[in-house]
Amino acid sequence: MMFMVVSTTPRPDAGRGAGPPSGAPHRRRGRIFARIPVRFRRLSLPYLLILPAILLELLIHVVPMVIGIWMSFLKLTQFYLRNWSAAPSVGLSNYRIAVDFDSAVGSSLLHSFLVTVVFTVLTVALSWLLGTMGAVLMQGAFRGRGVLRALFLVPYALPVYAGVITWSFMLQRDSGLVNHILVQLHLADAGDRPFWLIGDNSFISLIVVCVWRTWPFAFLVLMAGLQNIAGDLYEASAIDGAGWWRQLRSITMPMLRPVNQVVVLVLFLWTFNDFNTPYVLFGKSAPEQADLISIHIYQSSFVTWNFGSGSAMSVLLLLFLLVVTSIYLVATSRRRSDA
Amino acid sequence: MREPRWLPWARWIGLGFLSLFTLTPIYVMVTSAIKPLSDVQGDFHWLPTTISLRPFVDIWKTIPLARYFGNSLVVATVASLASVTVAIFAAYAISRFKFPGRRIFSVTVLSTQMFPGILFLLPLFMIFVNLSNVIGINLYGSLTGLIITYLTFSLPFSIWMLVGYFDSIPIALDEAAQVDGSGPIGALMRVVIPAAMPGIVAVTVYAFMTAWGEVLFASVMTDDSTRTLAVGLQGYATQNDVYWNQVMAASLVVSIPVVAGFLLLQRFLVQGLTAGAVK
Repeated sequence: MMFMVVSTTPRPDAGRGAGPPSGAPHRRRGRIFARIPVRFRRLSLPYLLILPAILLELLIHVVPMVIGIWMSFLKLTQFYLRNWSAAPSVGLSNYRIAVDFDSAVGSSLLHSFLVTVVFTVLTVALSWLLGTMGAVLMQGAFRGRGVLRALFLVPYALPVYAGVITWSFMLQRDSGLVNHILVQLHLADAGDRPFWLIGDNSFISLIVVCVWRTWPFAFLVLMAGLQNIAGDLYEASAIDGAGWWRQLRSITMPMLRPVNQVVVLVLFLWTFNDFNTPYVLFGKSAPEQADLISIHIYQSSFVTWNFGSGSAMSVLLLLFLLVVTSIYLVATSRRRSDA
Repeated sequence: MREPRWLPWARWIGLGFLSLFTLTPIYVMVTSAIKPLSDVQGDFHWLPTTISLRPFVDIWKTIPLARYFGNSLVVATVASLASVTVAIFAAYAISRFKFPGRRIFSVTVLSTQMFPGILFLLPLFMIFVNLSNVIGINLYGSLTGLIITYLTFSLPFSIWMLVGYFDSIPIALDEAAQVDGSGPIGALMRVVIPAAMPGIVAVTVYAFMTAWGEVLFASVMTDDSTRTLAVGLQGYATQNDVYWNQVMAASLVVSIPVVAGFLLLQRFLVQGLTAGAVK
């Protein structure tokens, strides 16, 4: 992992992941650049290089975001979809309806939000746990390690829909593998097989499928993090008489803390916003018990064609994520500076 | 590290469980794809009664799979090549130049990766629909609209990964090229790109995978003629009787290109994907 080594050298002049590895070549490069006769070119070249990326980001991310916020203040029902300039402004009314928990719209949004929170907490925790377990157990050399690692990455490499469709086959009531095993183990009655894709069980199914898809990512990053811990730490502590558990608790976990902080944040954002898994697993209508927020906004927007209300919900979602992420970043950076 | 005596046992139990969890769906996919239809109706069979390759023939007839495949191929190929081209220039600027706004640019671009897709979906849908009214370019339901969208999706990560690869190439190589009389762009073309080729290929594969697997925008932005695999595969489920053997065969066929690419370039991809988090 070449540039992980590079990144351990102190680099006061550059931001994360940018800039040359050390100060010395930088100064030398500056002198060579000074010899380029056209000053203007030297100044504008980096901007010209990033211009296409900026234009595309503006077109697909920044402009739609601004328009989305604007749309959330409009009465944007199906009559105005093809001619949105005629849509009347309704002020905050879209927001008022979304957070009015006595109304049908508000209460179902709140329900979906709570489902998403519980789902996210469980999925992130389980993915992290499996990822850590895999990474720690894969430490050290043993036969078949490389094959196993490649194998564990397959769910991550598989297109979402291919993996999730397979799960939906496995979770079928009459022809699925899950019920087949349950019946064989006498955990379920052959005549009265449980449903896994509707009703209360759908929530469990969704978590299992999601964990199956996301734990390889945690595993991948944590394994790279483990490789960065210097071997002398373990050797020194072994001389001091530390056993395996002691090393796991006092060296591995503390050293992994910065990596864990990033992994948990990324997993949180991915899981909270997950649309693909429930959409492919349940089809167009997700059961109420597994009504994740992205699916909820999607369905309420494209069933009622009320884009104003859908945009207001999206903006609320974004605000929630921004607040949680900021609190998380502040909390973790404070812990880090305390340590 | 000193290993306690029970560790090998824990390793086999733990890793055995993870392998079982990971592999079961893959096993189901592969074995069900070669089952005759009667084997996937009624109770689950662990093994096919007879091996049938019919599903691999039938998948192309039940739904217009070839068209979906073609659409996905065009969208993912064009989007990934364009994305990587744009990313190369941006990453070169970030890796080799100090300029005001560099840090803001990197942080902003990367943070868009973390925003919910649903936030962009409704406005982009409106923009695409209304754009055809205003300037007559029809992006809604077109492959072009999908390509532009996907190209931007993979851009942040591609830039981030490429900056890492470029940073690991010694600047002395650029300087040597510049002493020989080529400008910064010449150094990029003659030195940096060839030296970073494995990384560039890995990033292209990553961008291809992103576009190949995207569901949300594909479900809204495409019509019958431009449908991609992500949405098209659901077509098997709308039949009265779901031909699960065909669904599994089709899933297998559409997975093989990306999984093979991922595993072949595993080393470079893993390096790029994990570098940022580990720093």
